[in-house]
Amino acid sequence: MNSPAQIMNEDFSLPVSSRLAFRFSRHIRERIIEFILLLAASIAVLTTLAIVVILVYESLPFFQHVSLKDFLTDTQWTPLFDDAHYGIMPLVAGTLVTTGVALSVAIPLGTIIAIYLSEFASHKVRETVKPFLELLGAVPTIVFGYFALVFVTPLLQSTILPNLPGFNMLSAGLVMGVMIIPYVSSLSEDAMHAVPMHMREASYAMGATRFQTAFRVVTPAAFSGIAAAYILGISRAMGETMVVAVAAGMQANMTWNPMEPAETMTAYIVQVSLGDLPHGSIGYQTIFAVGLTLILMTLVFNIMGFLLTRRFRERY
Amino acid sequence: MVELAETPALNHVKDAEGIVVKPKAEVQDLSFYYGAFQALKNINMPIADKRVTALIGPSGCGKSTFLRCFNRMHDLYPGNHYQGKIVLQPDNTNILGSKVDPIEVRMRISMVFQKPNPFPKSIYENVAYGLRVRGSRSKRALDDKVEEALRGAALWDEVKHRLNDLAFNLSGGQQQRLCIARALATDPEIMLFDEPTSALDPIATASIEELISELKSKVTILIVTHNMQQAARVSDFTAFMYIGELIEFGVTNNLFVTPAKKQTEDYITGRFG
Repeated sequence: MNSPAQIMNEDFSLPVSSRLAFRFSRHIRERIIEFILLLAASIAVLTTLAIVVILVYESLPFFQHVSLKDFLTDTQWTPLFDDAHYGIMPLVAGTLVTTGVALSVAIPLGTIIAIYLSEFASHKVRETVKPFLELLGAVPTIVFGYFALVFVTPLLQSTILPNLPGFNMLSAGLVMGVMIIPYVSSLSEDAMHAVPMHMREASYAMGATRFQTAFRVVTPAAFSGIAAAYILGISRAMGETMVVAVAAGMQANMTWNPMEPAETMTAYIVQVSLGDLPHGSIGYQTIFAVGLTLILMTLVFNIMGFLLTRRFRERY
Repeated sequence: MVELAETPALNHVKDAEGIVVKPKAEVQDLSFYYGAFQALKNINMPIADKRVTALIGPSGCGKSTFLRCFNRMHDLYPGNHYQGKIVLQPDNTNILGSKVDPIEVRMRISMVFQKPNPFPKSIYENVAYGLRVRGSRSKRALDDKVEEALRGAALWDEVKHRLNDLAFNLSGGQQQRLCIARALATDPEIMLFDEPTSALDPIATASIEELISELKSKVTILIVTHNMQQAARVSDFTAFMYIGELIEFGVTNNLFVTPAKKQTEDYITGRFG
């Protein structure tokens, strides 16, 4: 390596005309470093692409066997039975219902927690509560699953819903909602915290209260960050596997009622990939078709979220 | 060493023409502390009603700190405390008193900041904000007030066709005039300006200065500036501050032409600061 001083010395020993000459060795070094950085950055992109490519490739044989129309419109999902039906809708419904229940818990609670921590809590309270919240996100999901099955469901049965079946989407969704609170609240809080103080000062200087400042200025200003937090929450809920596999049941069931058992797409994939279906059989291929559907759904939500945040992007 | 400031007479200030102006506020023995650090030392001065008073001094002299006492902005941060009084007239109330609600103070004393800081809302909603937080609901009353404030801030003609546009789409100078309209919409008694043109180009600066000169027929103005020409152009009275103390207060012209204190003279002639 040449220190700047050495390079300078070299430069002055050269004829004037070549002092500004293109330095090949430096140029190539820069290019190598640039390439290594690019390689690191492309791993994430390439992995995603590879997953999509493999899912598409593996589900092609499935779609040769089952028409896309049947796949999307049939209301029964019984690929492992003799009378096989391949309608994805029951699994989609299960996924959407559990996700919906989870979001109806996580979005209001997560947002309120974020507003409280960012705008109302003292520094000490914030520094105490935040680690606990993040700890909630560190609990293994299987623990949440059993918690839903052996605590929340019996609790609901013995209090307000005596007819609730042992496996149901409601408790799975509720527990999943609690589980994703930290994702929603932590990101939302970061977004609100990033709203510059001069914005709050402007609001206070107009005679606004803390409440008015939090809800009329800080929350709208942080909206794109908050929306990103919601999107992450949705993706987490849709992709969550253990809680729903344990607590919501493993029976595909075409229903929109959260108080019934049903299987989600993720739970189905677990069920089949743990089973002993022969590689290459139609039953085996279903998990790729289901996986592809799941990825497409999360992709759609992410794109919607992206467009939404771009539409409401804050500038301050 | 800093000489102690002579206490200016609080209850009768004479302006450049020798007319006695009644004070809108009287600052009495005001000290202010950021935690243990004393940022303002025993300040006494009157704020003349419906006149422009400029606060000048080198960076860190406490002029912004002093300005922010008037709308209790320091209450937003823990560890700050005031000593002494700012008595607001005509009700003869000490706005720093512990029984006074800072929100009530801010309803009567509004502020324009150094950097234009519109809310991430439409032009209309920015101006209507102060009215809305006061519970104003009537669309017609809001419309009237918004128009009046935008006219007052010389911005109406430029934005009347796009009141629903996002405020950030305005230029820097327009944004600052929008902030003035916002501060004006609630009919404040005093307006505080904290270096309102330091982020603006000369043309935008000139329009803001012109605006300040027009506004003083309606409202008492207190302006912090580190630009002495600006103080000379827009203000009727000037206070020179140095390291938390009020060194000299007087009619702007007198202070600039015949400063009574050596430090004032050194500062305005550019020997320091």
